[in-house]
Amino acid sequence: MPRSRRAGIARGVADSLGVGIGIFPLGVALGVLVVQAGLPGWVAPALSIGIFAGSVELLLVSLLAATTPILTIAVTVLAMNFRHVFYALSFPLDRVSPGIPRAYSVYALIDEAYATYVLLPAGQLSSARIVAGQLLMQAYWVAGGLLGVALAGILPARLEGLEFALVALFVVMTLDAARSRNEVPSLLLAGLSVGVALLAFPGQALPAALIVYTALLALRFVLARGSDDGPDGDVSRDGPSGGSRDGGSGGAAGSATDGARRGDPGSAASGADA
Amino acid sequence: MSVALAAPSTGYVIAAIAVAGLITLALRALPFAALKPLRKSRFVQSLGRWMPAGILLILAVVVLGGELAGRPERVWPVVIATGVTVAVHLLARRRALLSIAAGTACYVLLLAVW
Repeated sequence: MPRSRRAGIARGVADSLGVGIGIFPLGVALGVLVVQAGLPGWVAPALSIGIFAGSVELLLVSLLAATTPILTIAVTVLAMNFRHVFYALSFPLDRVSPGIPRAYSVYALIDEAYATYVLLPAGQLSSARIVAGQLLMQAYWVAGGLLGVALAGILPARLEGLEFALVALFVVMTLDAARSRNEVPSLLLAGLSVGVALLAFPGQALPAALIVYTALLALRFVLARGSDDGPDGDVSRDGPSGGSRDGGSGGAAGSATDGARRGDPGSAASGADA
Repeated sequence: MSVALAAPSTGYVIAAIAVAGLITLALRALPFAALKPLRKSRFVQSLGRWMPAGILLILAVVVLGGELAGRPERVWPVVIATGVTVAVHLLARRRALLSIAAGTACYVLLLAVW
């Protein structure tokens, strides 16, 4: 195995640990839930491999247990997972080798994988790193589910609150994304969108917020084009900082401009190196 | 599937998981295919650059809200654990693993004693 690929896999392993701490306990919760709902144990890994989208899987357990019509399940999944449509605009899929690695990367594009890799500069990303990270995230999820199935009968009382790891994960990712002042307009528009969505569509806040946010960014693009800078003018000040130690894992291409494009390099996933 | 109280059949469970999986895969894959010819568009590039930070904020707020939904007694544990997560992250040099572990441990403890 070439050295660069081994280094990429090592980076991917490190990337996966930070989110693994959120994924694994949720997987255990899924496994316990499957057994408590009266479903056979194999349903847990079947969900984690057949669908691989945490929140929908947790909901599906109760829908399956109630023998909900498949059409209802289809509509629910469509609504809950619609957010993934927006990830294609910024996920660095071009860093993943075409063929099986790229196909897997798309299939395994969970929120946590998006959050981990969207913040890193393209120069630090290699196909091995991204695919290894995603494979491990799925491994934690599947293994957690199996452990949950095994523990369901033994657990005396449920340890509540482990799901907060997911909240903490997104809070941490947001903090890392918000390091640069250039992100302030995006964050303000996103805050406005999610506020409106929670008030107007409390049942479907996530897709609603993403649609409002996209519309506001489109408006921003139209307004920015009228100004001198144009929409690209605001990235030039945002230089990379502290990402150089990652140099070996990615291609040489990308670097400065891509680093600025994706926000601040010393961020989320490399924070998990520690 | 008309017998509501009976255990769901294996065929039904497999079909439901397959349908849910195919829809999820389509939602993940089709936008990449659709955007391919638009990759050079300045509009698509700007959206790609502006979106991540805001999407993360939206995800954070929505999962925070989900943790509170219908459970007003959890407001203080959520506020405190979120504060701990942020403080640890900023004070301990942005080590994601540490911040997530600290916030989660704090929340589990608070729920146990609250």
